Amino acid sequence: MVEDEVVRGSDFCEISFFGLYIMRLVIHDSYDDVSLWAAKYVRRRIIDHNAGPDNFFTLGLPTGSTPVGMYKKLVEFFKEGSLSFKHVKTFNMDEYVGIPRDHPESYHSFMWNNLFKHIDIDPQNAHILDGNAKDLIEECNSFEEKIKEAGGIRLFIGGIGPDGHIAFNEPGSSLVSRTRVKSLAQETILANARFFNNDLTQVPKQALTVGVGTVMDSDEVMIIITGAHKAFALHKAIEEGVNHMWTVSAFQQHPRTIFLCDEPATNELRVRTVKYFKGLMDLHNKMIEPL
Amino acid sequence: MAPSSAKGYGHLYQYTNCRILRDGKIFIEDLWVRDGKIMNPEVLFFVEKVNADQRIDCSNMIIAPGFIDLQINGKPDSNLFLFTLIPTGGCGYDFSTESQVEEGLKKVSHGVLAHGVTSFCPTVITSPSSVYKQILPKIKKKNGSKEGAGVLGVHIEGPFIDREKRGAHPEKYIKDYDNGFSDVLEVYGDLSNVAMITLAPEKKKTVEVIQEFCKRGIAVSVGHSNANLSQGEEAVRAGAKFITHLFNAMLPFHHRDPHLVGLLTSDKFPQNRKVYYGLISDGIHTHPAALRIAHRVHPEGIVLVTDAIQATFLPDGTYPFGEQTVVVKGKYSYLKDTNTLAGSTASLDECVRLFAKETGCGHALALEAASLHPAQMLDIVDKKGTLDFGSDADFIMLDDDLQVRATFIAGECVYRAQ
Repeated sequence: MVEDEVVRGSDFCEISFFGLYIMRLVIHDSYDDVSLWAAKYVRRRIIDHNAGPDNFFTLGLPTGSTPVGMYKKLVEFFKEGSLSFKHVKTFNMDEYVGIPRDHPESYHSFMWNNLFKHIDIDPQNAHILDGNAKDLIEECNSFEEKIKEAGGIRLFIGGIGPDGHIAFNEPGSSLVSRTRVKSLAQETILANARFFNNDLTQVPKQALTVGVGTVMDSDEVMIIITGAHKAFALHKAIEEGVNHMWTVSAFQQHPRTIFLCDEPATNELRVRTVKYFKGLMDLHNKMIEPL
Repeated sequence: MAPSSAKGYGHLYQYTNCRILRDGKIFIEDLWVRDGKIMNPEVLFFVEKVNADQRIDCSNMIIAPGFIDLQINGKPDSNLFLFTLIPTGGCGYDFSTESQVEEGLKKVSHGVLAHGVTSFCPTVITSPSSVYKQILPKIKKKNGSKEGAGVLGVHIEGPFIDREKRGAHPEKYIKDYDNGFSDVLEVYGDLSNVAMITLAPEKKKTVEVIQEFCKRGIAVSVGHSNANLSQGEEAVRAGAKFITHLFNAMLPFHHRDPHLVGLLTSDKFPQNRKVYYGLISDGIHTHPAALRIAHRVHPEGIVLVTDAIQATFLPDGTYPFGEQTVVVKGKYSYLKDTNTLAGSTASLDECVRLFAKETGCGHALALEAASLHPAQMLDIVDKKGTLDFGSDADFIMLDDDLQVRATFIAGECVYRAQ
């Protein structure tokens, strides 16, 4: 299957494949289709992994509006009994510094409300950076340690901002960065003000975030990009060179990356890029078929 | 996995597949209970990092706070304790030993569990001073359990009420407090078991008496009264915060003097002073149109009460009520040979259903009117009347017709419908 794709892909000049290194672009009509596909892919990977007490599946998780639909579907899968998180360890990408853990805008709250409260994960296996830790640097370093202890991350899921940032690796971040304290860009702070009663003094100015390098280390990466407002970022991510001003472009060099998007997000792509990858949809859909 | 009990905490229950009532809304959410308290699962997850010891599937039922009945009537020498007394002959029963008080309370508090009541105020109607002194010390505040609903304290209704508006209360024991609070103490004796009192605010020295009750943490209600609106407003400014069974035993609404009914829309006391009012929504004591009027002008003050007399749960017939006799016929109960309605024979869950149906107020408000609002009135909302984190785990499970399917006190199931 993979070989076939490499052969067919070899005449596609925009996207390069090196041996078994594969970058996929999966295009769906709508946000809902994207969410369902993402959730099915996660389920398929957890089941394929044959997760058990001595064989945990490690999952990197994002927050934000993009993955909400995927989480909804994962919860549905859990409720219908087709998926369990008993033997899954999760690591979240980022968290704000200095807002209470249970603040409605904290990423702890997001994960709690969108996923953790609904499923059977062991709380000890759900890892989120503590933005209120006394020693923030130590917190970041120990997060990297915990990922290592868990044997690395099998599948890291991410979303991106319109400026192509992944986690809080804003434009200009190092592409080999590790988990660290990051000061937020002024645009990000202003954009976040609406979540904090439009009071700039309440908006967090810093965050803890995994680095681009941290995500690059995982076996597989799935980036979800939906909506016309992300179209330019998707173009920058896959149709131009790797560039630290569009940090998500780094994943062109990851051995196993899926860019998962909806139709509006392809607005800025070349027609032939879209056509080529749409032609591979049968193959892509095999990736989520039940065993 | 790390269940709560394995980490040295108590047994943690997760009620799942249910809808819960919180902050005026009914929504899909699990309810977490440990050591008799409602727990915050977010803290359990991120701080304690524990799982539930037991998950309980509630088959999509509604979970609401347990009902609180502020007015379950009775006069100790015969009617609060009717369950014991009627089989042995009713009136004239010698009711002087502590064990008999306890026995009677036990029967009532156990009887209401099936109706979703997890705590209540046993109500003592107008009685001679000797009866108060004998009985009040014996009705102790008590936590609920499998044995019965919790006792929040006595509601003494009378004897400081109006003679004309006495309703079913015996006239000869009605009193005034012309000398202020000393008269009150003289009649009741010890007040330590009392949670609330109903009085007629038009009496002399009312302000002073109300202030003294408030100082002792006893809620004051106005009722069985001939008061006009300004007398009612003065009482509220002094600290009264409840109206006993609105529309009943008071002057009716009049557009030039709305009397006590006008307290629902009065602007003559501070805006942060909320007035609550009891409604007997049994379909008899208060006309459905009157229920709708009250609901539309002041929904957050509604407290559904049964005003239940001893005849509740009893077949038609003649029963003792204080020193008088009540005729029970279906849902109606009258003083014998009169047209005076005595207390209701409805149960609180029936009142909730009827209120929801007649006013179209929605399940959430109807349930809160029998749980949250009475708890707010008694100022015990940190423990009772809500499903908020840290509250006592007194709750009920209901189906979509608001029929009570199960009752829990302090996290323990005390009643389950067959």
